[in-house]
Amino acid sequence: MELDPRIPGGPLEEKWIRYRKTVKLISPANKRNFTVVVVGTGLAGASVAAALAELGYNVLAFCYQDSSRRAHSIAAQGGINAAKNYQNDGDSVFRLFSETVIGGDFRSREANVYRLAELSGVIIDQCVAQGVPFAREYSGYLANRSFGGSLVSRTFYCRGQTGQQLLLGAYSALCRQIGLGRVKLFPRTEMLDLVVAGGRARGIVTRDLVTGSIAAHAADAVLLATGGYANIFFLSTNAKGCNATAIWRAYRRGAGFANPCFVQVHPTCIPQSGEYQSKLTLMSESLRNDGRIWVPKRKGDTREPSEIPENERDYFLERMYASYGNLAPRDMASRAVKRVCDMGYGVGPSGRGVYLDLTEAVARLGGDLLRERYGNLFEIYERITGRDPLKAPMRIYPAPHYTMGGLWVDYGLQSTIPGLFVLGEANFSDHGANRLGASALLQGLADGYFIVPYTLGEYFAGTVLDGVSPAGRPFVDAQKEVQERVARLVAVQGRRTVDSFHRKLGALLWEHCGISRSEAGLRTAIEEIRALRREFWEDVRVPGKTTEFNQELEKAGRVADYLELAELMCRDALAREESCGCHFREEFQTSDGEPFKDDGRFCHVAVWEYMGDDREPVRHAEPLTFETVKPEDRAQYASQGYTRSRRK
Amino acid sequence: MRLTLYIWRQKSTTDKGRFVKYEVENASPEMSFLEMLDMLNRQLIERGGEPVAFEHDCREGICGCCGMVINGIANGPAGGTTVCQLYMRHFKDGAVLYIEPWRSRAFPVIKDLVVDRSALDRIMQAGGFISVRTGSAPEAHTILVSKETAELAMDAAECTGCGACVAACPNGAAMLFVAAKISHLGLLPQGQPERDRRAQAMVRQMDREGFGGCSNHRECEAVCPKRISIRFIARANRDFLRASLFYSKSASGKAGATGKTKRCFEK
Ligand SMILES: Cc1cc2nc3c(=O)[nH]c(=O)nc-3n(C[C@H](O)[C@H](O)[C@H](O)COP(=O)(O)OP(=O)(O)OC[C@H]3O[C@@H](n4cnc5c(N)ncnc54)[C@H](O)[C@@H]3O)c2cc1C
Ligand code: FES
Repeated sequence: MELDPRIPGGPLEEKWIRYRKTVKLISPANKRNFTVVVVGTGLAGASVAAALAELGYNVLAFCYQDSSRRAHSIAAQGGINAAKNYQNDGDSVFRLFSETVIGGDFRSREANVYRLAELSGVIIDQCVAQGVPFAREYSGYLANRSFGGSLVSRTFYCRGQTGQQLLLGAYSALCRQIGLGRVKLFPRTEMLDLVVAGGRARGIVTRDLVTGSIAAHAADAVLLATGGYANIFFLSTNAKGCNATAIWRAYRRGAGFANPCFVQVHPTCIPQSGEYQSKLTLMSESLRNDGRIWVPKRKGDTREPSEIPENERDYFLERMYASYGNLAPRDMASRAVKRVCDMGYGVGPSGRGVYLDLTEAVARLGGDLLRERYGNLFEIYERITGRDPLKAPMRIYPAPHYTMGGLWVDYGLQSTIPGLFVLGEANFSDHGANRLGASALLQGLADGYFIVPYTLGEYFAGTVLDGVSPAGRPFVDAQKEVQERVARLVAVQGRRTVDSFHRKLGALLWEHCGISRSEAGLRTAIEEIRALRREFWEDVRVPGKTTEFNQELEKAGRVADYLELAELMCRDALAREESCGCHFREEFQTSDGEPFKDDGRFCHVAVWEYMGDDREPVRHAEPLTFETVKPEDRAQYASQGYTRSRRK
Repeated sequence: MRLTLYIWRQKSTTDKGRFVKYEVENASPEMSFLEMLDMLNRQLIERGGEPVAFEHDCREGICGCCGMVINGIANGPAGGTTVCQLYMRHFKDGAVLYIEPWRSRAFPVIKDLVVDRSALDRIMQAGGFISVRTGSAPEAHTILVSKETAELAMDAAECTGCGACVAACPNGAAMLFVAAKISHLGLLPQGQPERDRRAQAMVRQMDREGFGGCSNHRECEAVCPKRISIRFIARANRDFLRASLFYSKSASGKAGATGKTKRCFEK
């Protein structure tokens, strides 16, 4: 497997400018002769589909929901980062870049990250022009807030529904193109395989979720924007339908899978309340700006929080991370929360929770202002728990949230299969071993509006593509394979529900491949996942037929793929013998429990190549070099408040 | 908790459909309504039956996928919520619940509680946008929006497109949905150039889709999970009226022009 990142030459600040200067172009009249399949209509998919259609390409867009407006981007709450420096607080493209690299613990590609920061400003411009109702000051100027892990205020937001508003912006741009006939949308359609012909991605195989019919779609390029796979844990902040199927099928067709074990666990979610629970709800960590996190100093203290006096509270994040305090990066915060709970200081019925207390903020800012900032979060919290966060401290606990891992892509966001581009959370590109809050929305839109429209043109201009037809050999074969697989799922007719397998898989991963990982645990997990996979194929029960609307069948296909991906995640975690970012290996910590990072051996992207079901996958490495910001202890940057420029 | 459920079962769009009775034994007050249905489905599957189809995704009240009529009320008795955010503590032990899909001419049933809401997307495709090409936006601060206007636009923009308003309306009108989008974009300075055409195009498409007319029953407002106010309907009506009066005429400023409505959106 060849891993050429194809990073343009020149100084970091000029790479993207140079790329665009020299990028090959397709004539306007010729663009409509190219058909592009876009799978996914979240921020990344909707934005790229709209942008490509505006340019004149012929676009086919797919999503599994009934409408393209419902992708899981809709659920993002906190905001989107942009280095506008509207606050005059010292922000800059360079600072957003360096914070992202440092936040990712030096496991991301410098050139990509710089471009992300560079594009952040125009994304806000674009969204404002579309009518995204960002929060404003009384003056009419845009408001900002600061967000987990950052020392400047650069996050733009729409109450607690930023993802919704950004997605509706992209969705409206997409709607316009659909109305104009330039995009054909296939809602309620799930991609179940990638078609590779002549060594290039040339189409997909889909199942119509209403009729069950399986069809092939031919194209000149395939773009996957299918989101992340944190839903593999069953209990996560992701939507119930989030899946890895598209990227997993592409992996099996030859696309490299990068850093599958990098999963971000979000520190501030509503704790689980019972066995039947089907998902965990995120409370945006922007709350950490105004809230203080604490546990009682005494183990098993069951008093109401209001009865616990100040000097009997442990504000453990403030104690442990003096400069970040309650805004400690997500991995540090999640680990700290889990640690205090494991030690017996946790609160709530399960002992798996800590307080997020807004009392001081209420006194300082008043309830009305807080409600204006976080209104819908308070509503969600109260609706789920029956408690008002302004009256009693909220209880929170970490939950799997975001996957930095995904398909490997080069600078142009092309995977190891020519013609297959991957955007948004589905790729691995910009966040290294840990993502900064409010940068996923940014990445999705950067990839979709401003990167792929250029790099796809470059691919088309430099490639001679033969004609293909859905009636051709690779299409018919792939279609047949999908049909057989779907039929096999229904044919098992065992005793257990799909969910019961998914739940079990999730618990296994949370235990062994979650916040904290160990060699022994990971080896056990691999064995147990294999056993579970066998059981699944012997004992799962999928009622109904393949040729009808069948939600259990949809789930079964996704869980079957998760059962394969889970093993790769554990393998990846096992092979990475260091602790970095979200990945904490118990064997690799300093004497005081801090992660031990091994830049000598692991300053690279791990990329897995599928070798067949009966052979072990092969691990490749793309070495990472840092010329501008050097890998040093994150804590050191923190104590300097990121002030010292590392620029050479 | 014990519950008796009468759930609408319908195999496909063409099937007639009927209520089927189910007993649920061990629901708990902390469960969400959908988790209660998950439990029922699990029992059905394990006993060799067919689970109840219902739509859901985010399960946190924002994607707009879920929705059903419970005892005659869209999204149930709690009001102002989605079913995924409706908790069983709102129901009494021993309650009898009738659960049906959204009922509307414009929303054909696909299966059980799942309906086809694509008509709402087609209304959006007809005009629910500001036509700004990617890359052509000016610097964000060149467009100032007063805080009050931004907040009001956001109140309207929160619509999740779930369709509860349509299901609740005795006429099956989609006016709250359409008005929310017309208002969101029409309030903002960015949305002014296309304000008239947008109002016309969206309202016309709404009529074409077979939605009923609004006669101020206010049921939509009562069930809207985002509590979107029907004041936006008045606003959208004004915009539509204004567009009917002025937009067509202003389409040409030259003498001798017929003043007939131009085709709303040149394609
Ligand atoms: C609760 C929550 C809060 C968040 N808050 C923030 C935040 O404040 N700031 C921030 O920057 N990030 C946040 N994130 C992360 C961010 O929302 C996501 O990373 C981002 O929106 C992903 O966008 P996407 O376009 O890559 O994928 P998605 O929005 O997940 O879209 C995936 C699309 O792919 C389609 N799809 C998937 N599989 C298939 C298939 N097999 N066939 C056909 N279609 C398929 C789906 O239908 C959907 O259209 C949050 C995430 C969560 C879960
Ligand atoms: S499932 Fe998303 S709103 Fe209910």
